[in-house]
Amino acid sequence: MGQIDRTSIPEVADSPREADQPHESLIAHFGADRPLKLDAGVELSPFQIAYKTYGTLNAERSNAVLICHALTGDQHVASVHPVTRKSGWWETMVGPGRPIDTERYFVICPNVVGACMGTTGPSSTDPKTRKPWGLEFPVITIRDMVRAQAMLLDHLGIESLFAVAGGSMGGMQVLQWAASYPQRVFCALPIACATRHSAQNIAFHEVGRQAIMADPEWRGGRYLLENANPRRGLAVARMGAHITYLSDAALHRKFGRKFQDRENPTFSFDADFEVESYLRHQGIAFVERFDANSYLYLTRAMDYFDLAGDYDGTLANAFAGTPTRFCVVSFTSDWLFPTSESRAIVHALNAASARVSFAEIVTDKGHDAFLLDEPELFAIVRGFLDGAGKARGLFAMS
Amino acid sequence: MSTLTRAGSNLNASTVAGTPGSARVDLVLVAQMVDYGAKVLDVGCGDGELLRLLSETRGVDGRGIELSREGVNECVAKGLAVIQGDADTDLGDYPDDAFDYVILSQTLQATRHPRIVLEHMLRIGRRAIVSFPNFGHWEVRLQLLFAGHMPRTDILPFSWYDTPNIHHCTIKDFRQLCTAIGVKMEKAVALNAWGSPLRLNAPWWFWNLFGEQAVFLLSRKG
Repeated sequence: MGQIDRTSIPEVADSPREADQPHESLIAHFGADRPLKLDAGVELSPFQIAYKTYGTLNAERSNAVLICHALTGDQHVASVHPVTRKSGWWETMVGPGRPIDTERYFVICPNVVGACMGTTGPSSTDPKTRKPWGLEFPVITIRDMVRAQAMLLDHLGIESLFAVAGGSMGGMQVLQWAASYPQRVFCALPIACATRHSAQNIAFHEVGRQAIMADPEWRGGRYLLENANPRRGLAVARMGAHITYLSDAALHRKFGRKFQDRENPTFSFDADFEVESYLRHQGIAFVERFDANSYLYLTRAMDYFDLAGDYDGTLANAFAGTPTRFCVVSFTSDWLFPTSESRAIVHALNAASARVSFAEIVTDKGHDAFLLDEPELFAIVRGFLDGAGKARGLFAMS
Repeated sequence: MSTLTRAGSNLNASTVAGTPGSARVDLVLVAQMVDYGAKVLDVGCGDGELLRLLSETRGVDGRGIELSREGVNECVAKGLAVIQGDADTDLGDYPDDAFDYVILSQTLQATRHPRIVLEHMLRIGRRAIVSFPNFGHWEVRLQLLFAGHMPRTDILPFSWYDTPNIHHCTIKDFRQLCTAIGVKMEKAVALNAWGSPLRLNAPWWFWNLFGEQAVFLLSRKG
């Protein structure tokens, strides 16, 4: 991992307290009467979920689509991010006339439990102590995230979802939704994901966590109380992780061995190479909008994910008798969640006689391809949802 | 594999009554062997033409497996439940009796282990439908006999060095395979070079000589 040029990381003012009072989001409050029962064996109560909606719920309440975000995503799927002012993270996929068409579907995107954009997480204020939770926050799992989302749907009066879609950690939530609430999910789109985190995945996450914890500003997780912020640790974690989201070919195509604003090497540890400069930028941009402890909790949730483990080690049992239609998508150059992982999902779904489509898309953009402009992905998602929408009677047969 | 094979065929259904005008006659024949509302697996489903036909005319719950990524992605974009997979390796993943029909349309000759594929089909499905180009057709025989090169016809348009078809068989060969693995032949149709079914009471040798392709409906014995 490269050294970070200390002067290159600006001491930005702390972002607005999105954790407690998120901007441009709706908030559902769950009081003491509606605790979130966690896999860790404790209850989270009270808690809140920040979410965004797009489009209109139809009279039959049958056109709701739940979008599950990835590790560093949030609820701002198709609208401007309140902190970075950048456009939504999946605006190419979700919106009017997009494959997940907000003129047809009512899209709900909640921030997951444990995150930092308004749903209760380690940077939220613990109402009992009136201080940020920090490491007092209980460890959460993918299933806990999904359980909380189900409570949000109850709160919104939506019994059954037309679709659940998401990539990476979002795809894990999609699979968990299909396993936990098969009757509530008409169709499921798990993209670039797996039913378990591999040893390699866990290893990369551990490097990221150690980078955060090695930053003296982390202060044993109490940085918010002590007015500190482990920016460098979090930036290094992001830099390392970012490499895993790209492919060797994409990095080479984008940067090669090109120098950054110079003709010759400086014989120092400056960011001579474009790729170094790019990664530093990624790290810096990330700490502006993300909380270090949330990064620890969410990576942990992914590490613990092992869907088959909850069903006697047989993945097919997770989907036994499922009425849900599945569309599994992977990308050829994704080495973080390779096609073999998606194929394992498909095999299990076949063994469960589920209705499943599976497409592998040729791209050199790596794991991040699910967020990028991939026309084939858009055609597949659109076609799959069209077919499922007709089957559900959402719109006339054409 | 089947995408290529099927693209080489330009039959149409004008000779078969009561069917959509543009569908290929062999696909229409296959579709007519399927009961309404059945659960169907199409192995080597190509661009999804048969699955579409089955869903539109027979109201089936159809699934497909296709080897070529282009074919799969085209099918999924059409809203069909199709996965990328290989008939030779992936049929083992399906449980017994998962389907009413398992269909292998113009794909048998491109599999590495036709016998194993056929056995899997009748394990997964109660019935199997197999259509294939008949290598015993007179035109094929004449090309080999007189021209002395590997036959190339409308439905077998490939040169020997780039063909996906590695296990050609005749109608007679296929019947012998069915007997060898104890499969019941419920129905069989042979089509001549113009896409018309041959007379049902014609002897097998006549079918083997004048049938350009054949469609068999099979079931387990007993």
